Amino acid sequence: MTCPPTILTERSKMDYEEAKKRVVEGLTKKQKTKSKFYFNDLVKLIGEKPRAAKKYVNRMVQEQVLEYWSSGSTSLYGLPGTGKQASAEHED
Amino acid sequence: MAKHDTPMLDQLESGPWPSFVSDLKEQAERRAKNEEGVEFQIPSDVCEDLLGVLELSFKHGRTHWKHGGIVGVFGYGGGVIGRYCDQPERFSGVAHFHTMRVAQPGGKFYTTDFLRDLMKLWDFRGSGITNMHGSTGDIIFLGTTTPQLEEIFFELTHNLNQDLGGSGSNLRTPADCIGSARCEWSCYDTQALCYYLTEEYQDELHRPAFPYKFKFKFDGCPNCCVASIARADISFIGTWKDDIKIDQEAVQGYIGGEFLPNGGAYTGRDWGPFDIAKEVIDLCPTDCMWMEDGKLKIETKECTRCMHCINVMPRALRIGDDRGLSMLVGAKAPILDGAQMGSLLVPFVKVEEPYDEIKEVIENMWDWWMEEGKNRERIGELMKRQGFQKLLSVTGIKPDARHVQEPRTNPYIFWNEDEVEGGWERDVDEYRKDHQR
Ligand code: HEM
Ligand code: HEM
Ligand code: SF4
Ligand code: SF4
Repeated sequence: MTCPPTILTERSKMDYEEAKKRVVEGLTKKQKTKSKFYFNDLVKLIGEKPRAAKKYVNRMVQEQVLEYWSSGSTSLYGLPGTGKQASAEHED
Repeated sequence: MAKHDTPMLDQLESGPWPSFVSDLKEQAERRAKNEEGVEFQIPSDVCEDLLGVLELSFKHGRTHWKHGGIVGVFGYGGGVIGRYCDQPERFSGVAHFHTMRVAQPGGKFYTTDFLRDLMKLWDFRGSGITNMHGSTGDIIFLGTTTPQLEEIFFELTHNLNQDLGGSGSNLRTPADCIGSARCEWSCYDTQALCYYLTEEYQDELHRPAFPYKFKFKFDGCPNCCVASIARADISFIGTWKDDIKIDQEAVQGYIGGEFLPNGGAYTGRDWGPFDIAKEVIDLCPTDCMWMEDGKLKIETKECTRCMHCINVMPRALRIGDDRGLSMLVGAKAPILDGAQMGSLLVPFVKVEEPYDEIKEVIENMWDWWMEEGKNRERIGELMKRQGFQKLLSVTGIKPDARHVQEPRTNPYIFWNEDEVEGGWERDVDEYRKDHQR
């Protein structure tokens, strides 16, 4: 079920800024070992159901807080400008 | 004179089949001559360098493409697959060689004008090399540079009225058969449903949030021209509930040789006169056809709509009138851990706008998969891991004899607490009245 915005705000324990803070802090903390993350990793950081979390993640991409990375078959997310090719080729 | 020597690729041209090497050489030459005076926006020798790097890969037995990339068009997490060559000095024409997936029109209906417009754009801003079509159905544009991506996207969406398709952990470009547009066997309007769901699920198509890829494919009847049953996470296959319509006179026409079986598709050889027993009745997989007093009979409740008899005698047999579709779940065709066909989930649903029943099943499945699916796990794998019963329960569909694939091999039946009267709790004092310690 697509989550209508009204339900989202009602159920949400947090606002967009809080979600963004959690994601940025969470990903920054892990930068040493990893620069690309599955959508599920973001969901865990945000701590909401996937559909609700997706609305925040979409906005973070729009605002260039996050960027997409794709192998063609799998999509990952990262902070802009981190990792680039090196991590795809397991060199970091 | 070719830019790179390609002896190993040249050898591939010596076989009896058409060769992509010859095609690429032809395209290389066409770009070199440039008779149409195109102002190429990417290196004009892209095809030579593609051949060169492929030859080098053959020589080394290793790829010279890097894996994946950040490139895309703004706001879309799919549709562009970034590719970079790891020998950019030697093969500068393919230093960037990104793939773009362009959504195919419904049923792959084109006008020649549309094809010309696509090629005009792609010759100008890309390599001019295409793949028509990818296995997801998309029109694949092979090879362009990063600065061209937004330009191509703008032109496609503003002037050609066409969108990019899906790639990555997205809903992939939904694909359908030509359906009612040309085919009398179509049990529902495949193009209407395919288009509707494509529009409805734009966010899922362009912004990746699934554990892995997800494919919808729409077949108007069980002939499965887009092979949905083998390749789609959800296959929508047209079917009907009532009798196959029989025109007894036309049946006699086939028997008497007046009409060619299979629409004359196998007339290249002399198979002898048409034999209805051997070619139709005995081949019915459910044994539900027979002749009685010179009339063909079908026991409808046994018929599985396999389409065989209808395909052989299209003039005499027609699909029923009470039409809808079946939804099957979990087909996939990965190379490593084996292919899997779809499992029947919804035996029959009417296909009527706004398709609420269909959308409810889809969305319940997505909610389950998004929460429970492991990274890179297809829904068909989740279904195997947690059980078909779990799929039934998340979609709220009642188990039915048609869900049974084979007799059970496990003698145990596990009940959930809510399925058992009284649940698991008991009143110990009440129990002790009749049972001593
Ligand atoms: C003329 C040569 C080529 C042909 C005919 C070709 C054809 C295809 C086809 C049919 C697909 C499947 C598309 C789909 O599922 O819809 C595909 C996918 C793909 N191709 Fe190619 N391709 C060619 C060259 C290349 C090159 C040179 C690269 C890399 C630089 C490349 C990278 C990819 C990638 C990344 C995918 C997606 C893989 C995935 O979905 O997992 N292709 N190609
Ligand atoms: C009409 C009543 C019953 C029927 C038809 C029945 C039938 C069976 C059958 C067919 C087996 C499997 C035998 C084998 O595979 O070798 C079995 C096993 C057994 N039955 Fe019954 N039974 C009945 C009542 C009971 C009662 C009242 C008890 C206990 C007081 C009992 C205790 C057992 C036990 C302990 C086993 C062995 C289980 C095992 O494989 O570990 N049965 N019974
Ligand atoms: S799948 Fe059936 S309806 Fe669709 S084109 Fe093929 S035969 Fe016709
Ligand atoms: S459609 Fe298939 S199963 Fe049904 S009667 Fe014809 S041959 Fe038999």
